[in-house]
Amino acid sequence: MGNVPSAVKHCLSYQQLLREHLWTGDSVAGALDPAQETSQLSGFPEYVKIVEVGPRDGLQNEKVIVPTDIKIEFINQLSQTGLSVIEVTSFVSSRWVPQMADHTEVMKGIHQYPGVRYPVLTPNLQGFHRAVAAGATEISVFGAASESFSKKNINCSIEESMEKFEEVVKSARHMNIPARGYVSCALGCPYEGNITPQKVTEVSKRLYGMGCYEISLGDTIGVGTPGSMKRMLESVMKEIPPTALAVHCHDTYGQALANILTALQMGINVVDSAVSGLGGCPYAKGASGNVATEDLIYMLNGLGLNTGVNLYKVMEAGDFICKAVNKTTNSKVAQASFNA
Amino acid sequence: MGNVPSAVKHCLSYQQLLREHLWTGDSVAGALDPAQETSQLSGFPEYVKIVEVGPRDGLQNEKVIVPTDIKIEFINQLSQTGLSVIEVTSFVSSRWVPQMADHTEVMKGIHQYPGVRYPVLTPNLQGFHRAVAAGATEISVFGAASESFSKKNINCSIEESMEKFEEVVKSARHMNIPARGYVSCALGCPYEGNITPQKVTEVSKRLYGMGCYEISLGDTIGVGTPGSMKRMLESVMKEIPPTALAVHCHDTYGQALANILTALQAKAAWTQHSNPNIISL
Repeated sequence: MGNVPSAVKHCLSYQQLLREHLWTGDSVAGALDPAQETSQLSGFPEYVKIVEVGPRDGLQNEKVIVPTDIKIEFINQLSQTGLSVIEVTSFVSSRWVPQMADHTEVMKGIHQYPGVRYPVLTPNLQGFHRAVAAGATEISVFGAASESFSKKNINCSIEESMEKFEEVVKSARHMNIPARGYVSCALGCPYEGNITPQKVTEVSKRLYGMGCYEISLGDTIGVGTPGSMKRMLESVMKEIPPTALAVHCHDTYGQALANILTALQMGINVVDSAVSGLGGCPYAKGASGNVATEDLIYMLNGLGLNTGVNLYKVMEAGDFICKAVNKTTNSKVAQASFNA
Repeated sequence: MGNVPSAVKHCLSYQQLLREHLWTGDSVAGALDPAQETSQLSGFPEYVKIVEVGPRDGLQNEKVIVPTDIKIEFINQLSQTGLSVIEVTSFVSSRWVPQMADHTEVMKGIHQYPGVRYPVLTPNLQGFHRAVAAGATEISVFGAASESFSKKNINCSIEESMEKFEEVVKSARHMNIPARGYVSCALGCPYEGNITPQKVTEVSKRLYGMGCYEISLGDTIGVGTPGSMKRMLESVMKEIPPTALAVHCHDTYGQALANILTALQAKAAWTQHSNPNIISL
């Protein structure tokens, strides 16, 4: 209502709003009065670790194949935002994932900042050895809670994949290299539809039991909602402590932040996200994929939760990669800020 | 990972996923086993009323001015979805809001389905009378928790706007026409920035006190987060029962669903706290 265009001219710029009104990562907690802080923090973990998967999960699912030097610059920018974990690349055959063909060059080319970890995906022993040779000091293995997805995605059954991962994780532990386990289709599968929480728990237990220090539960096609997230986590948390769990939510149906909020309320404090919401959904043409790191940080800042990550710097890295990939950002925060 | 393109060919279509795997509205509750239903319902209200504001708040803020017949068809389609409240139009001067210039034609042109309510915005008495003449049976008034926003948006202070709304709501009540009150900038203002929960409570109380049956708390610029939503609601719910409250969240920063989830939880928590005999499922 009202004469909107002239009114808008007198608005605070969004940058000003963000800076001055407690919605950015700069000393948010310190600016609140204690009474507010208390009511804000109840029911939530004090600190949330963000695992940035843009360079791997994000770029892997973009149509454009990003040049190696751009990837390296992108990762170097992310390293300066306060993020403590950045997934760099995937040591998988370029026949399957051409977007990650330059895995060795990227791993060798990035600047490894102190205090930042740079895990890489290693689907098998061969990939693992290449990763280590290229300087990797942390690895991930990628399982699924769905037989069909496992067969279609990595060409083997869940059991066969677990055997491969055992080899990888054993070798990694032998070399004191931490291994993270992913469970895809935790809230639904593009082939089987519904996935039971029991199945997710079973696969997670397997990965945790073989030595993965953390299990990232992925809503691969973004169909989950707070209800299904809660049911799944209740099941998994009977077997695995919440301190060893993470959630990896896709925003295909716009549910990601609500699902993440639910997970946080249940005691999970590790969340995967991708700057700019990089990476669409290969199963739903035109749909979005990963939840945007910027939007996640915005929510966590508003909750007064400590992440250590600077929202502005993340937005700058997001702007950089979107221009390089020639796409519009999927982050609503970035859209609101840059278009203001 | 893996050879994605050929794998995708074998996917269930999303329509199939939605239909067969419990993600659509068709008898969802009935399809779940009791154990699942139990854990699903705890901490949330049993029923959620959705107030559809697309034809008014939505179209009002689109650049394209939609032809009257398209609006009427749109609203008629919405009337057949199960929505119980659809905000039709705004009886405001076309000089200010050209997108709503056809308010009378739209109000007269839609088919009013039984069981569906069709509120309209009426910023002043003149708009109210026009609305009633056009067949409106429910109205809304639009206040703000920010002085600057009130002045810039409707050209008067909060106090002046409340006086106007009192006239409208009084006339509405006199004719047994329910009135809903909106409070803009409940979680932040584009001019003032931060808005205190106390201010939101004050304005909400005013509207509730003059006879509005429901107060819709609007995050007008979408800057709210679950933290600020919770703080604001805790303040408002001290003065207004949650049964008389609604949330109107903008998704400008992608926070809307998380904020709505928080509001649903806050309402359920309040209900339990104030009614210890209610057993939580």
